Amino acid sequence: MSIEVISPGMLTTVQDLGRYGYGPLGVSPAGAADPVALRFGNRSVGNPLNAAALEMTLLGGAFTFPEGTVVALTGAEFDASIPLWTPVHLDPGATVKVGGSKTGARCYLCVRGGIQAPRFLGSASTHILTGLGGRHIRRGDKLQIEANAISDPIQLSRPDYLRKNLRVTRGPQNFGEDALLTFCSSTYIVTDDSNRMGLRLQGPAIEAPHGGQMISEGVSLGAIQIPSGGQPIILFVDQQTTGGYPKLANVITADLPSVGQLRPRDEIQFELIDARTARRLLRERTLP
Amino acid sequence: MRFIEASDQSLLVEFEGGISLETHHQVVRLLRALEAHAFAGVRNLHPAYCSILVVFDPLITEPEQLEDQIRAIDIEHAALPAPRTVEIPVHYDGPDLSDVAAYHGITPQRVAEMHSSAIYTVYFLGFVPGFAYMGGLPEAIATPRRESPRKQVPAGSVGIAGTQTGVYPFATPGGWQLIGRTTLDMFRPDRPEMNLLSIGDQVRFIPA
Repeated sequence: MSIEVISPGMLTTVQDLGRYGYGPLGVSPAGAADPVALRFGNRSVGNPLNAAALEMTLLGGAFTFPEGTVVALTGAEFDASIPLWTPVHLDPGATVKVGGSKTGARCYLCVRGGIQAPRFLGSASTHILTGLGGRHIRRGDKLQIEANAISDPIQLSRPDYLRKNLRVTRGPQNFGEDALLTFCSSTYIVTDDSNRMGLRLQGPAIEAPHGGQMISEGVSLGAIQIPSGGQPIILFVDQQTTGGYPKLANVITADLPSVGQLRPRDEIQFELIDARTARRLLRERTLP
Repeated sequence: MRFIEASDQSLLVEFEGGISLETHHQVVRLLRALEAHAFAGVRNLHPAYCSILVVFDPLITEPEQLEDQIRAIDIEHAALPAPRTVEIPVHYDGPDLSDVAAYHGITPQRVAEMHSSAIYTVYFLGFVPGFAYMGGLPEAIATPRRESPRKQVPAGSVGIAGTQTGVYPFATPGGWQLIGRTTLDMFRPDRPEMNLLSIGDQVRFIPA
């Protein structure tokens, strides 16, 4: 069982739910930028939730399935030759074409059985900067499909989880209440200089304490760091594992999939909540 | 030890004392103890100069519970593994070598002699897989980072920044002053021990 890549799209990589536990080696988790979409897609084609799929960015590709199979396309609203958020049976030789995104940044093409790609530290996720794990999809690639399906395809109801108003908790450095107030009462714009390592924002500058000087420490996914110049950066899935810029706040875990759907020129706001509430929101969300 | 909630899924455990060998030993002891205990819900550990970021699954554990578990560890008596010594051959021909020499008013050869005369300690790995932050650079050649980072630093480049030194394992952006290069692979996923250097190692650079 295989897939032929007719066109790869703008940036298409293999991703699963990422690799955890290798921080002491400097290895970041990587994994799907919108893990909710990946989980729904995998579940609807009968895969384990962690099966590897194709993550497309802003402009999708075209893929032919010589033997046919069942696929599901989930994530942001992309123009596509198949409907989103539903399992689709493909006849042998069928081609799935994915165009541009109408809202959001990324979609996932989940294939029944899962996509085969080199595993690094237990995960087929692609770390783009180092090329470790997974696969960066090119025109003419031929991908193999694994046989890891565990259940029948199923129609799930489409989840409603994406936000432009991101909830954050306080970061580990103390910036003072004025900085947090500025940050949470302003609109920030996602700049073109944003990728899976981090999203650079543009808006009212934030002043870092002690002139921004601090000793490097471990950084969490979704940390909002303030470099010199005061324009915030949201650290994301391909992040470096440690960093020396102070961190004002951190996007809550329940809203991280929304970060994966932000695209350049999106306008976003932030709302401060406490960590206990953030964990309650995570427990209350519905996932397959 | 100080505990700070860095996010809803991470707890920063911080030691007092700034960047020092003593603090580093505390970090290594706690890291090894955390790896040995494998507390339920701990997903990742990010050690650094004087802290460890403990990433956890909030559906399995809570920061209060982790704090209690970590406080109960007898860190002072936890094992400190004997350090290995690793030698790294270096060609001292980096693009910033003459700038570094000029900054200190010495010859490039003297920079190389001083860099290769010290014994360094790997404080932690971070930034990208296999990048070892090493302390122990002689003050006489300590140099600030470049004013603007390079977009691409070749893999194997040996750099200095402040009183740190390090070797870039991959071609990545980087702002350190590049004084040389090594042909050793700092990180190879097809090797049993992928990273050449580990936290706590002693390192010597040998002029090649």
